[in-house]
Amino acid sequence: MSEATFTLDGKTIPFREGQTIMQAAMAAAAYIPRLCYHPGLKPHGSCKLCTVKVNGRHTASCTYQAQPGLAVESDTEELNGERRSLLQMLFVEGNHFCPSCEASGNCQLQATAYELKMMTPHYDHFFPDRPVDASHPEYLLDFNRCILCSLCVRASRDVDGKNVFALAERGIKTRLIVNAESGLLADTNFSADDMAAHVCPVGVILRKRTGFSVPIGQRTYDINPISALPQPKAGES
Amino acid sequence: MVSDADLHVNDAPSRSDPDAAIFGAASLDPILARHNHDANNLLQILREIQEQHGYIPPDAVDRLITSLKIPRVKIEGMAAFYSFLHLQPHGEYRVLFSDNITDRMLGSAALMEQMCRELWVEPGKVSEDGLVSVGTTSCTGMCDQGPALLVNNIAVTNLTAQRVGTLCELIRNRVPLSRWPAELFTVTNHIRRKDILLGSELAPGSALAALLARGAAQTLDEIKISKLRGRGGAGFSTATKWETCRAALGEQHYVVCNADEGEPGTFKDRMLLASCADTVIEGMTLCARIIGAQKGFIYLRGEYRYLLEHLQRVLQRRREHKLLGRGILGHPDFDFDIDIHVGAGAYICGEESALIESLEGKRGTPRNRPPFPVTHGYLNQPTVVNNVETFAAASLIALHGGAWYAGIGTGTSSGTKLLSVSGDCAHPGIYEYPFGVTVAQVLADCGAKNTQAVQVSGPSGVCLAENEFGRRIAFEDIPTAGAFMVFDRSRDMFEVARNFVHFFAHESCGFCTPCRVGTPLLRNMMDKLARGRGSPYDFAEIEKLNLLLQSMSHCGLGHSACNPVLDTIAKFRPAYDQRLLHKDYVPAFDLDYALSQARRMTGRDDTGAHLGEAE
Repeated sequence: MSEATFTLDGKTIPFREGQTIMQAAMAAAAYIPRLCYHPGLKPHGSCKLCTVKVNGRHTASCTYQAQPGLAVESDTEELNGERRSLLQMLFVEGNHFCPSCEASGNCQLQATAYELKMMTPHYDHFFPDRPVDASHPEYLLDFNRCILCSLCVRASRDVDGKNVFALAERGIKTRLIVNAESGLLADTNFSADDMAAHVCPVGVILRKRTGFSVPIGQRTYDINPISALPQPKAGES
Repeated sequence: MVSDADLHVNDAPSRSDPDAAIFGAASLDPILARHNHDANNLLQILREIQEQHGYIPPDAVDRLITSLKIPRVKIEGMAAFYSFLHLQPHGEYRVLFSDNITDRMLGSAALMEQMCRELWVEPGKVSEDGLVSVGTTSCTGMCDQGPALLVNNIAVTNLTAQRVGTLCELIRNRVPLSRWPAELFTVTNHIRRKDILLGSELAPGSALAALLARGAAQTLDEIKISKLRGRGGAGFSTATKWETCRAALGEQHYVVCNADEGEPGTFKDRMLLASCADTVIEGMTLCARIIGAQKGFIYLRGEYRYLLEHLQRVLQRRREHKLLGRGILGHPDFDFDIDIHVGAGAYICGEESALIESLEGKRGTPRNRPPFPVTHGYLNQPTVVNNVETFAAASLIALHGGAWYAGIGTGTSSGTKLLSVSGDCAHPGIYEYPFGVTVAQVLADCGAKNTQAVQVSGPSGVCLAENEFGRRIAFEDIPTAGAFMVFDRSRDMFEVARNFVHFFAHESCGFCTPCRVGTPLLRNMMDKLARGRGSPYDFAEIEKLNLLLQSMSHCGLGHSACNPVLDTIAKFRPAYDQRLLHKDYVPAFDLDYALSQARRMTGRDDTGAHLGEAE
């Protein structure tokens, strides 16, 4: 029996039963932009960066099951334009200052913005007030950069079995909280060995005293564009 | 005319007791016991704690963590998602003015200003003595008797300056809600036109008897023949839904009645639950028999909290009459019972998968679909979720047969539809019509004059201009969940659209990027136009943003958040044009506006405290 396949921008992609479009594409080293997807966690479908067109309809490729013969469009001017707008929304929603951010070069938001040639934030900034949590001896939480992808929430809950992180409130007020009466990371059972410590695609969950051990210019996405790298890297600095 | 004044409940939640600083085991244990110490009932547990105490105190949170074995973040994440839950004291009296456009048209803004002035409180804040907070909330479903408000989640309607004065006095004197004049809490059901549903006197149990005589499979056939479609707006075939669920494998099947009637301008489910609860519950029981469910839920929106005791009494009476519970109508294999879950101020929970999340004690975020609730719903089991009106219609069909029902309405939209008519008309209220009725007919019947526009099916529906009043209410022309808001020529359609855009930004669940960020961006752009700082550039931006929301959002809320704007731009362009005062781009940042906070702090408002437009 021949392997089942679908096409992604005309290229044939094989897949196994139960795989999503994103999983099959990653296995075939085909890049679809993404921020809330991680191969080790259940797909979530919230950032919408991975939206593709299947039979003319928009759908998130990280949650859509691959089926034989699908014609999937991804790298098109229309979709990349829409993705650029989503990136711009993520930039104006938080407080992102790439030149002074220690995640610069390891940040998937920044790398994806370069990939999709985002030149300006375009929309008016919200400038939210998000205090930093430096309470933990080894880790720093800079909520200013949170894009609410919930990777840390899922990693802590589903893999680490700890529930250190969760989302609170709703709409534009949605924010990341930690599991302590004080609201501080130091008062949780968070540890450097947790998966949650290593999945942040931006610069929220940062290991202290290592921020600049690799100089800017020599970091993951400084060397290769994100589309050339199959696995998420940021947070592992 | 049916009045449910008798629904006023003396056991309505009284004001919280400031002396009870410690939330003792005595008050928490009965709540936990009532909900089987089950974390799936977290929303109900939190809501009842808040009802007793006015907020959810820290020691109650601590006890829930140990009793339910759930992490603190789950409780905090939940409580902060639902508008009506508070982890900090929010006033012994929590007043929320309904902020639908119809309330505004009836003068709600001035009344809220009056209340804030009389009680010395700033909108959205708690008074310094902790007595009261005054704010706004999304449409409370009282549009036919607005302006309306909620005080500790109980509705007060027909507000006037005099009534607001009365409320302020009661609050200032710390009179417990249970001792407020009953007349304040009267909710009237204005039934203006009856047809097969509202005109029938269905004897409790008669449809169930017909089902048992005919058989479950045959009754499902009748539903199929009737061509009944879901009344929540989407119009999915009810028989297909029930048939799929009946065939789906699972340990348990569930029936859920979606009474989270949150679409601004809709209030027909409120009326059905108040006046025809038996017909609705009978429909749920029929469904249970057909799909093989033993357990059902009514998800009652938090704004309809005042109906809870009434519904519980109806359920209890039906249990006593063997119409609910074990061995229904003497059939030992027919067990079915219903729990009522009360929402807590989240429009998104009207979306069926978000509703199920909420039933499971979680944040109301829409799930990824497929799988759909019919196969993977409540606790991942096969679940039918239908609108209140759909269940009521199913009862009629079980009694009178599918062919009879299919003969009413149009070919593809059988039966009747309840419309909630409000806005600029002489007789707002509930109108039941066979499908196919024209908009013009409804306008004539409700006594609307000089009508400029009608918003059908609420903000997520469609805005019709005069040249479209010949169109018909039917799935094939104008589908609707039931709202029918009328605007006469004195109304500014830009302000109507702006109110709806604010609504969507407030109710976005925040799960997906386009809706979470896009709806407040859209709100800010509409506000910029309203401040007279708009240019054709902003206008183009608004259109672009709408298209993005439509294509990229996770659920219907984001998809339809752009509808009111796109519709009004297409049909009422002058309302926008008169705001595009500037030919070129003008930044949203406004120096003078930025100083407004400093002016408030210093109490100044002289010319020296203002900046003119930058030259």
